[in-house]
Formats: sequence, C-alpha cells, structure tokens
Amino acid sequence: MLDKNGIAKRIAKEVKDGMYVNLGIGIPTLVANYIPDGINVVLQSENGLLGMGPFPFEGEEDADLINAGKQTITTLAGSSIFDSALSFGMIRAQKVDLTILGAMEVSENGDIANWKIPGKMVKGMGGAMDLVASAQNIIVAMQHVNKAGESKLLPNCTLPLTGVHCVKKIVTELAVLAVLENGGFQLLERAPGVSVAEIQAATAGKLLIEGDIPEMQL
Amino acid sequence: MINKVVKDADTAIKDIQNGQTIMLGGFGLCGIPENCIQALLRKKVTDLTCISNNAGVDDFGIGLLLQQRQVKKMISSYVGENAEFERQLLSGELEVELIPQGTLATRCMAAGYGMPVIYTPAGVGTEVAIGKEIRVFKGKEYLMEYAFDADFAIVKAWKGDTAGNLIYKSTARNFNPVMAMAGKITIAEVEILVPAGELDPDHIHTPGIYVHRIFQGSNYEKRIEQRTVRTK
Repeated sequence: MLDKNGIAKRIAKEVKDGMYVNLGIGIPTLVANYIPDGINVVLQSENGLLGMGPFPFEGEEDADLINAGKQTITTLAGSSIFDSALSFGMIRAQKVDLTILGAMEVSENGDIANWKIPGKMVKGMGGAMDLVASAQNIIVAMQHVNKAGESKLLPNCTLPLTGVHCVKKIVTELAVLAVLENGGFQLLERAPGVSVAEIQAATAGKLLIEGDIPEMQL
Repeated sequence: MINKVVKDADTAIKDIQNGQTIMLGGFGLCGIPENCIQALLRKKVTDLTCISNNAGVDDFGIGLLLQQRQVKKMISSYVGENAEFERQLLSGELEVELIPQGTLATRCMAAGYGMPVIYTPAGVGTEVAIGKEIRVFKGKEYLMEYAFDADFAIVKAWKGDTAGNLIYKSTARNFNPVMAMAGKITIAEVEILVPAGELDPDHIHTPGIYVHRIFQGSNYEKRIEQRTVRTK
C-alpha cells in the first residue's frame, strides 16, 4: 500500500518530457517533487503562471507571487505571467497537456466529484470544472476508500459532479486503473504488497482484470 | 492627456450606493484592492453584490466586509478560507453563487470586449448547467454564460499613470486586468502613481481607457495566506 508520497511518485512516471502540466492541490502538488531529472516540464498555476518554481528560501517570500493553492512560490528561467482569463484560455484551448487533480469520487464512466458535500462543505469548485471540462488527459490522485472504508470508485458518483466522462487514469494507495471509454475501471498495476482481491474488495464500480496484474515499479 | 487621478480611496468610492454590484480584483489575498476595501468599510455601504474570485479570510480582504454584514450576495469560484462566510451561507444570511473560475474570468473578459455571452464547456453535466442554454459545437457541449454587468470594478495594480494606464506585478495580476475592463466605472489603486509619459506604452497591461479613477494607495499589508519556504 502506498502513502501520499508513493501515489505522487507513481504519478510522476506519467509526466513526459516537454509537457505542460497543471497540478491540483493536495497529493498532486507533491508530484512536482518526483519528476525525474532530465524530464523537462512546465508547471501551470491557474492563477496566472507558467513555469512554477519551488518554494522560496526563508526571507525571500513575495506576497505578490503565489500559486493556485495560495502558497508562496518562485519563478524559473523561462516563466511567464498572465491574467486569469488567459490562464483559462490556454486550459480551454487544450494547450495544457496533463491535468492531475484529487477527487472525492470517480465513477466507472469517468465522472468526477470533488467540490461539494451538500450541507457540509461549501468551498467552491475553483478552477476544477474548467480543467476537467477541457483537459484531454486527466489523472486523478485519490484514496481508494473513504474514512468509513467505503469505495470511492463507484458505478455512479453520489456527490455533485465536477465534470462528466473525463477521467482517464486513477492512481490510489492500492492500484493504477484506467477508465475505459465504454465504462469500467481496468486494473493496470497493483501497489507493492497489495493483492488483486484487495483491490476488487475496495472497488464498488465495475473492475476489469485481464491476465496477471503487475506490481508498480516506483 | 485626460487626468484620471482622484485624491484617495474614500473619494474614489464615494458614489457607490447600497445594493450595487461591484467587482473586486485579486486571487486569495494576492492583488486585492486593500485601500478601497477599507474605504468601503468606512462608508458602510450595504447590500452589495460582490464579484470576486474569493471572499478573503475572516479578518482580511472581503472577509472584513462580510463581518460588517455589507454583502448581500457573493459571486465567487472558491471561498474555502473564510469561516464567517461559510457560517453566513449555511444560515441563509448570505446569497452565494459559486461559478467555475475560468467562467468567472471569461465573463469579465467578455464584458470588457463588448461581447454579450461566452460558450464554455466548464460545468456541462453538473449543477452549474441547470437552467442554462446548451449548444453543441463540433460534437461537444458548451454552456452559454453571460458577460457580467457590474456598476463598479475595483482593481489593484503595481504601477499606474495619471492617464489611468496600469501595470501589474507578478501573480498579483490575476483577475485585475479583466475586471478593470468590465466595470461601468473602474477604480484602480496603485502602489506607485507616475505622471503620464513615464510608463513605456509597450509595457501597459490595462490601457487607461478602461480606468475612470486612479489613486496611489498606502500602507499595503499584503498578507500572505500560505507562507511556504524551503531551507538553504
């Protein structure tokens, strides 16, 4: 079973040289720490920055330079800054190659819910609806089950949706799964030490298992 | 050159009336018009509809206007940092319209470009789409969203000149340029105000035609929400 950093490490392997990538808040942010040397990517922060750099050194924080999680950050050689409309313009025009974000629920046809729990949590969708509606390649980083032990990979989402038919791949503490075009989660890889039976038990939606399922290489 | 300069924040906002719709630039607490928010607090104007990406935090930014119960309705994309906001929303005291961030930005842009509507895929198949016209282009569904109609836009820039031209700094740019274009009356507060002619025309982000009033602000706190650092 993987911890949060393990999930981030596995997702980092999906990031290819030359990609523009948008990382959501939470586990996706950690992915930046595991992008291998020699892979050149540009991170997009939807508040208006391409080329997001690491956190500043202590004492060098700039209140005018933050990421979409409102964290102080830095720019890099080659960074550019723009307004919010242009930022979502490049997202809508599919210039961003890969979007990695968290989810509360994903359904077997690729629907995602991650912005609202009616009556409990009212924070808003931020840029998530724009990202999932336009991105061609969406990877979800999430826990396979919730705190009550219930599956978050479902036949249908129960929470208000963020987007429909958009998630392509999911990485959890247990497995890597692809969302099939015609519906269903195809099991691609097992986390170290996790059995197919455990993954099956934690997946409420339709799970397709073909042949031997390899263990993740981290 | 037309001179857009007003004395201070109180003068700039003096004709904002109860019940009007105002846009406020900024992302989180980054690039917010701190001086005008203070002036709105002093003026105690009420029943405002505020269009702003976020609602500040409990004790800073738009959160201060919420504390004083000056806001009737918020139109935002993300309000997660504000407990008072959540309390007023769950108790029904505050009306809230949550809309996707790109839709928010582009509805501002459309207003500044003189376009009545935009089509966006954001929110298709979700509760955001309820009651909205859907059109299909090249096999994909899009929601029709209207350009905003705001009585005032209040923005913060780094530098400005007496003709109202604006230059923003770093990611404090965010929503400010598109909101500056979208107000019937646009008020800009800047850290540095210079005479017309001192800014390179090639470097202007917002042309002065969109800006009706400009003043040099003071005492910027520039509070940081998430101070994240690394060690040397």
